[in-house]
Amino acid sequence: MADARRKLDIVGEPALVGSPRIHDSALKHVAGEAVYIDDVAAPEGLLHAYLGTAAIACGRLLSLDLSEVAAAPGVVAVLTAADIPGANDISSTHRHDEPVFATDRILFHGQPLFAVVAGTREQARRAATLAKAEYAEEPALIDIAAAHAAGGALVTAPLTLRRGDVAAAMAASPRRLKGAMTIGGQEHFYLEGQIALATPGEDEDMQVLVSTQHPSEVQHMVAAVLGVGSHAVTVEVRRMGGGFGGKETQANLFACVAALCARRLKRPVKLRPDRDDDMVLTGKRHDFVVDYEIGFDDEGRIHAVDAVYAARCGWNADLSGPVTDRALFHMDNCYFYPAVHARSEPLFTNTCSNTAFRGFGGPQGMVGAERLIEEVAFATGLDPVEVRKRNLYGGVGRDLTPYHQTVEDNIAAEVITELARRCDYQARKAAIRQANAKSPIIKRGIALTPVKFGISFTATWFNQAGALVHVYTDGTVSLNHGGTEMGQGLYIKVAQVVAQAFGIGLDQVKITATTTGKVPNTSATAASSGSDLNGMAALDACETIKTRLTEFAAKHWQERPEEVAFLPGRVKVGAREIGFRDLVAAAYLARVQLSATGFYATPKIHWDRQAGRGHPFYYFAYGAAAAEVAIDTLTGEYKVERVDILHDCGQSLNPAIDKGQIEGGFVQGMGWLTTEELAWDAKGRLSTHAPSTYKIPVASDRPRIFNVHLLENAPNREPTIHRSKAVGEPPLMLAISVLHALSDAVASVGNHRICPRLDAPATPERVLDAVDRVRAEANL
Amino acid sequence: MPLSARHSDVATSGSLRSTLRFLLGDELIEIARCDPTLTVLDWLRLEKRMTGTKEGCAEGDCGACTVLVGRLDRGELRYEAINACIRFLPTLDGCQLLTVEHLKDEAGDLHPVQRAMVECHGSQCGFCTPGFVMSLVALRLNEAAPSVARLEDALAGNLCRCTGYEPIIAAGRRMGEIAPRDADRLLRDREVVAGRLAALSDAETLALDGERGRFYAPATVEALAVLVADHPQATLVAGATDVGLWVTKQMKRLDTVIHPGRIEALRVITDAGDHLRFGAMASHVDVREALAPLSPQLDEMMRRFGGEQVRNAGTIGGNIANGSPIGDLPPALIALGATLVLARNGRAGLERRSIPLESFFLDYRKQDRRPGEFVEAVMVPKLAPEMPFHVSKVSKRFDEDISAVCGAFRLTLAGDGLIAEARLAYGGLAGIPKRAKAAEAALTGQVFDEAAVSAAIATLSQDFTPLDDMRASAAYRLKVAGNLLRRFLIETRAPGTGTRVAGLLAEAAHG
Repeated sequence: MADARRKLDIVGEPALVGSPRIHDSALKHVAGEAVYIDDVAAPEGLLHAYLGTAAIACGRLLSLDLSEVAAAPGVVAVLTAADIPGANDISSTHRHDEPVFATDRILFHGQPLFAVVAGTREQARRAATLAKAEYAEEPALIDIAAAHAAGGALVTAPLTLRRGDVAAAMAASPRRLKGAMTIGGQEHFYLEGQIALATPGEDEDMQVLVSTQHPSEVQHMVAAVLGVGSHAVTVEVRRMGGGFGGKETQANLFACVAALCARRLKRPVKLRPDRDDDMVLTGKRHDFVVDYEIGFDDEGRIHAVDAVYAARCGWNADLSGPVTDRALFHMDNCYFYPAVHARSEPLFTNTCSNTAFRGFGGPQGMVGAERLIEEVAFATGLDPVEVRKRNLYGGVGRDLTPYHQTVEDNIAAEVITELARRCDYQARKAAIRQANAKSPIIKRGIALTPVKFGISFTATWFNQAGALVHVYTDGTVSLNHGGTEMGQGLYIKVAQVVAQAFGIGLDQVKITATTTGKVPNTSATAASSGSDLNGMAALDACETIKTRLTEFAAKHWQERPEEVAFLPGRVKVGAREIGFRDLVAAAYLARVQLSATGFYATPKIHWDRQAGRGHPFYYFAYGAAAAEVAIDTLTGEYKVERVDILHDCGQSLNPAIDKGQIEGGFVQGMGWLTTEELAWDAKGRLSTHAPSTYKIPVASDRPRIFNVHLLENAPNREPTIHRSKAVGEPPLMLAISVLHALSDAVASVGNHRICPRLDAPATPERVLDAVDRVRAEANL
Repeated sequence: MPLSARHSDVATSGSLRSTLRFLLGDELIEIARCDPTLTVLDWLRLEKRMTGTKEGCAEGDCGACTVLVGRLDRGELRYEAINACIRFLPTLDGCQLLTVEHLKDEAGDLHPVQRAMVECHGSQCGFCTPGFVMSLVALRLNEAAPSVARLEDALAGNLCRCTGYEPIIAAGRRMGEIAPRDADRLLRDREVVAGRLAALSDAETLALDGERGRFYAPATVEALAVLVADHPQATLVAGATDVGLWVTKQMKRLDTVIHPGRIEALRVITDAGDHLRFGAMASHVDVREALAPLSPQLDEMMRRFGGEQVRNAGTIGGNIANGSPIGDLPPALIALGATLVLARNGRAGLERRSIPLESFFLDYRKQDRRPGEFVEAVMVPKLAPEMPFHVSKVSKRFDEDISAVCGAFRLTLAGDGLIAEARLAYGGLAGIPKRAKAAEAALTGQVFDEAAVSAAIATLSQDFTPLDDMRASAAYRLKVAGNLLRRFLIETRAPGTGTRVAGLLAEAAHG
């Protein structure tokens, strides 16, 4: 951006909030001038660290000979657990189950054993391969089936949700069926890999630049590992090259190791794993196996649901507790289950520790819900959309979730109906059925699925945020808050809120890097909460300053405070209009404080996990998508032909940014459910550790026709920041429509009589298998 | 390198030049010492401190490191997008390197492609953005008004995890409207740059020393033959789209590298009437253009070959000599009846031998290449009217993915309509690209119909024990291998039937 001083006299832009402003870094992004941590000019004396890792997935480390590592060219130091001055523990849930470096037990292939520091990254990376480790290898538990077979050890306490008498309701249901669904995991594939750069200061000070969504947690972890107070550690992040949940806890390791090495050597140290190592080391979206039983009737109404959501959590708890909780919180999607029992199984496995990923278990919960709908639709012969509508929340006694929160803002029916009308669902469906009859090889399918996603951290205390706003005497503003920028446009949204609050131009607001030194004790930028929380906190700070300025202006110009108003480009003081800059300059001379902190805590929410009851979500975000696909019944290949989306952003803070979140979230969700397949070999080694084998969508995978609309005239019923709604995660789940459109196409080979039970990811191989199975079961 | 070694080089491979020369934007870069495998990306980021070009994967799959290389092609300046992360710096000899830092004009204003990306909200986290910008610039320089399908092709080698691509494609459509293409500074400067590159080109062999090895880039086939004979341990590196990963992923050190990229004769593709002759260094982009008239299916297969950056860098000779079990070109070329020309230095100049392509592949990563030999050319017979032909690539992701199965089939029908010869070649089903001998036998002498195809499919398990890995299971591979024969039959006998969901062949059916 241009130097703000060049444009200081710019008038405030009217209606900044709600306007489609470009991303604040867009001009720098396209010029290659946006600075990521690896682009930061190297501090004098910079060294590079690399991690040495375990070559087995389960067993004991008998010996570790690092002499060759230490003797390798350029190597300055080799550090193990013994070199940690504080705690050898970075478990984010304080369960002490995640050492920085393994000392005895090896729990997954790729577990860090030591760090080597050298003059160049290449030297460190080469040296790291020279360790001689001896192991007593034990059989590894790789997947959910193996974990079950070994007794089903859990990494954290499971959750049970219960409402009504399920056994009785199931027994009384006219029809019942049982099934199981496998839902795959997902690699984040942020384009900028994990990276940290630690610079030691005087005393015990440590400054860490790190690509993280959670600077405060990194601060706490670094402090604990170094054995110093949090006040000695400053963590800063200007921007990430993508996060998606993969940098909520997963950056801790890299930050702590860089800081540990920097402390030991009293020199700056950078740690950036190679992409393949990043994929091996870091956790991913949890894969699940859902076992379900449904009671329903011939009209397609669900009477009872009993489900177990088993998840592969990996070698430690990390965020698996809240992730599997959120899966259960979304096992209803938009549907009312008169009687319900659901249980999570956060299973221990000898694989990387699965973690947050956009949706945080919600998508898996919802995929399970839509499978139930599909089962009922095939069992009754009803159109799945009809089954969806018949089971929506709404009506007397039909508004209570399995966690006993009343759904108060339900607009699912309107969204579904409106989208079906706009995309001509019924007519297209009929046309597709006709066309399929004449197309022996290529079969089309269509599906329309809704989304209802709960907004708030289910850990209630995380729903708080702080901000720091400085107004300088020239009328420019420095903005800081606890939210991090990972591409989602949080910074520009909050800047819009601040600029509008003061009636100044965006160019007068300087967005500054998130740092624990300015705003403390922040929550992760996660759970879609970024603009809800930080927008409100920043507005709170602005209002504090405005109150002071108003009092000053009233006194100075002898007007009543009610006669002072901050308008676009000017401040009205009685009949007088003055520039914001002039007001600020005058206020400074009168010794008015022009800096303020802001704070926000989400109201209304509470949650009793033991009881499985509460009001964990402030509100719900809604949306619906209709997808049309074509599949090849000879190879299982497919193409997403058309997608129509209607999504609820409340009163959007920035419709361009929100549209970007919807389109991007959809395609990311589509990747998860289609071509993104993780594989581990029998030894527990991740086979898909590079983009050559792990296939995220490319440009040609996006829908051939892609109509995305924000729901109009739909302000949030709750008083959120300018009545907007969170948009980071909910659109990802719109992609469930693609899975069901594929399923619809597969079902056509059995005249839509056999439920395809298509598991995820629906790779071409799975689609072809489903085609062959449906054909066989239909005896066609 | 001891002095005596230099003398022997001079005696056998012509005169030597020890300084690497290329243009970085307008700046002439001369480098006297450099490791043979130093990547362009590391040189830019670590030595030049030009950090606009990003490292996303260090294996040529994500495109965050996309830069443009301008080179002289028969006297004309040609710009190609390539992956800087797996391109070795010395291979830029005689070329121009352009990065995202070279795009703004003298006044500091954004290039039209950059402006289009901003206007269309084409960046979110911004990390992949410089790579997308460079791929779009390359497309703009080479083609006027590209279609959406062409945009998708040109961007298949660029991964974005944030936007879902919609705004980036929109930017690609918008870039032409923002400023006319002819006014582009990079096109305006073409003649000047071509002149400067012409002044850099010479007939000498580049012999560049580094701490850990030596890089040779001869200018003639004869000099190449001498170098290959003199350095039996050397690694012959063409586009480095695979060898680059040996360095960035396996951290292999290559002491001696011989790069034939400067030899224009090896890039030549000639139409010899009944067959095409491809010089070993013909890039996949050029190979595609030459093969496309033979069959739209070949065109489509080559379109899906890696990403655009890989198609620009990779070569037909490299793809064959590398001997991957899943390379896409060998099955197609084997089905077409291609022969390989291998050359080496002999007493009276070059000695050549020609072999059927399939006999080159002996076993997994083991080829019939004799001491001193290198792949010089590939001869590909054209299809006659009585030769139904088919090639299908099946992969987990449709574009920019490696085949699970690649099947290529050519039948020769006799006057009586019976199959006189069947050539069925598969990739992904064995350790090498391989013909399905039993299935060929089952088809030969038969009418090409459902019964014959079913009989052929039934034999596939005799010919192959397919790979079973993260790309696909063995069972799926075998099933698809058979179904591709069905697809061939349907496309031949009932050409109106829809058989493709995506790509050029589906677009053609869409009309």
